[in-house]
Amino acid sequence: MAAMATGARELVALEGLDLVVNEGEFFGLLGPNGAGKTTTIGILTTRVLASAGRASVAGADVIRDPVGVRRRIGVVPQRANPDRGLNVVDNLIFHAAYFGIPRATASRVAMEHLERLGMAEKAQEKVDALSGGQQQRLMIARALIHEPDVIFLDEPTVGLDPQARLALWDLLRDLHKQGRTIVMTTHYMEEANQLCDRLAIIDRGKLLALDSTEQLKAKAPGGTLIELELDGEANDVAVAAQSLDQVLTATATGRVLRVQSASGGRIISSLIDAVEKGGRNVRNISLAEPSLETLFISLTGRKLD
Amino acid sequence: MSNSPAPVTAGRVFLALLLRDVRVASKELPFFLLRTVMQPVLFLIVFGFLLPKMGFLGKGYQTALLPGILAVSLALSAIQSVALPMVQDFGWTKEIEDRLLAPVETWVIAAEKIVAGVIQGFIAAAFILPIARIVMGPIPNLTFGHVGDIMVITILGATAFSALGMWLGTGIAPQQIGLMFSVIIAPMMFFGCAYYPWRGLDVVPVLKYIVLINPLVYVAEGMRASLTPEVPHMPFPVTMVALLVVAALFWIAGLRSFRKRAIG
Repeated sequence: MAAMATGARELVALEGLDLVVNEGEFFGLLGPNGAGKTTTIGILTTRVLASAGRASVAGADVIRDPVGVRRRIGVVPQRANPDRGLNVVDNLIFHAAYFGIPRATASRVAMEHLERLGMAEKAQEKVDALSGGQQQRLMIARALIHEPDVIFLDEPTVGLDPQARLALWDLLRDLHKQGRTIVMTTHYMEEANQLCDRLAIIDRGKLLALDSTEQLKAKAPGGTLIELELDGEANDVAVAAQSLDQVLTATATGRVLRVQSASGGRIISSLIDAVEKGGRNVRNISLAEPSLETLFISLTGRKLD
Repeated sequence: MSNSPAPVTAGRVFLALLLRDVRVASKELPFFLLRTVMQPVLFLIVFGFLLPKMGFLGKGYQTALLPGILAVSLALSAIQSVALPMVQDFGWTKEIEDRLLAPVETWVIAAEKIVAGVIQGFIAAAFILPIARIVMGPIPNLTFGHVGDIMVITILGATAFSALGMWLGTGIAPQQIGLMFSVIIAPMMFFGCAYYPWRGLDVVPVLKYIVLINPLVYVAEGMRASLTPEVPHMPFPVTMVALLVVAALFWIAGLRSFRKRAIG
């Protein structure tokens, strides 16, 4: 690994999206749908040709040496796309063959992977016999079969039930512990929070924040976020709310009034008073402690999903 | 983690891809044959058996028909065995993505698909020949004396149509696949001199020259030249050169179109 350790891998994508993912890091690209996450992964995995800029993966340039990049990466797609013409274990063996791994070695390694994923008894089954979670685990095994330096996961848990999602998280944590470099996109705050060492928050192709997950959480605006859903435009009452004691900021988005409170939920009753004086009624109230979610809202003015 | 993965040669990746296609195709062989030879077989039964038996067509027609039927089977199966999976893979299943991650230049993956199509075209033609013999009975003036020529035409024809399948399969939107059959494939079959020799078009000279843009003409005429030389036909070298040119053009178009679909 030392020989490989050029340390940093520079990548430039989309609208001035400059970032470096370090070796052995679990890196997250967090952003809403349409933020440019999949495009970023597409460029880095040589499936999308960038019109400008530079990107390299494990020392190989994605434009000048796409073959070199492909040799060093494993990719888990957003939607499981196993080869349905082949059974479960052949999916792994043939993928290994595309990387020049002899059949005997590939068979052994494939079975090891399936065993670790708790799918050994499914080895000879058709891919269609697998559940969504199992198919996604097969995709991970496929991405690992040729021992890549970097693993890319594009929204790996979309469409999975909560149990399958937790199982996949455990699996990803294990891979990370083995020292693999992982780049993952997600639009789930909790997923990013649970798994990633470092995060880039992107929206509309732009980098909004880049730091360790802990640092980002610390950067979230202070105070508790109180959201009040009103029965009409929240704009009219935002000014009144802003002037209340203990209110750090108050912003209106449609019918939603977002307030950063310096004293938690204690100001709720005076907020409701202010809203009602403004001729509106409160339909719903929610509170959130400072988190990636509140940071994202303060950066973009909207929620993630 | 491997530090510097040993580069695998393009030839080896190509073989692995081909092995995958052979494995998948062999499992689907009966369906493949049904799909691709059904139409030629029905044609054989009506035009090679029923109509001659009824006396509407002379015995000599069978001799003109056989090479054409072989050409149609070859062309149809070569096109379909590449075009259909391409439409599916790029359109919705995205299954080909695992192969697009293979460490080779993208054109190698497309080339392998075309070669797999050539093999399937070959199989379809080899399958239809004995069926034709059974349906039509003894065929006057049929000769297998020019095996080399038969092979050359079969390989060139399968190559041209397999590459055409790549071009169509990657260039046509999935919802227009039905259109491909009615607007491109059907006219090609009927104006491909498969069911009549090219020289027969002397009766409609305009058509005789228009059909020359149809690559199937050269496969059918090449087959006639090598299988039933008694039937009037184009000179064999002409069909060979024409197919070489057509195959080269379709290869270029097919590989470019594949690359365009594979890399956004």
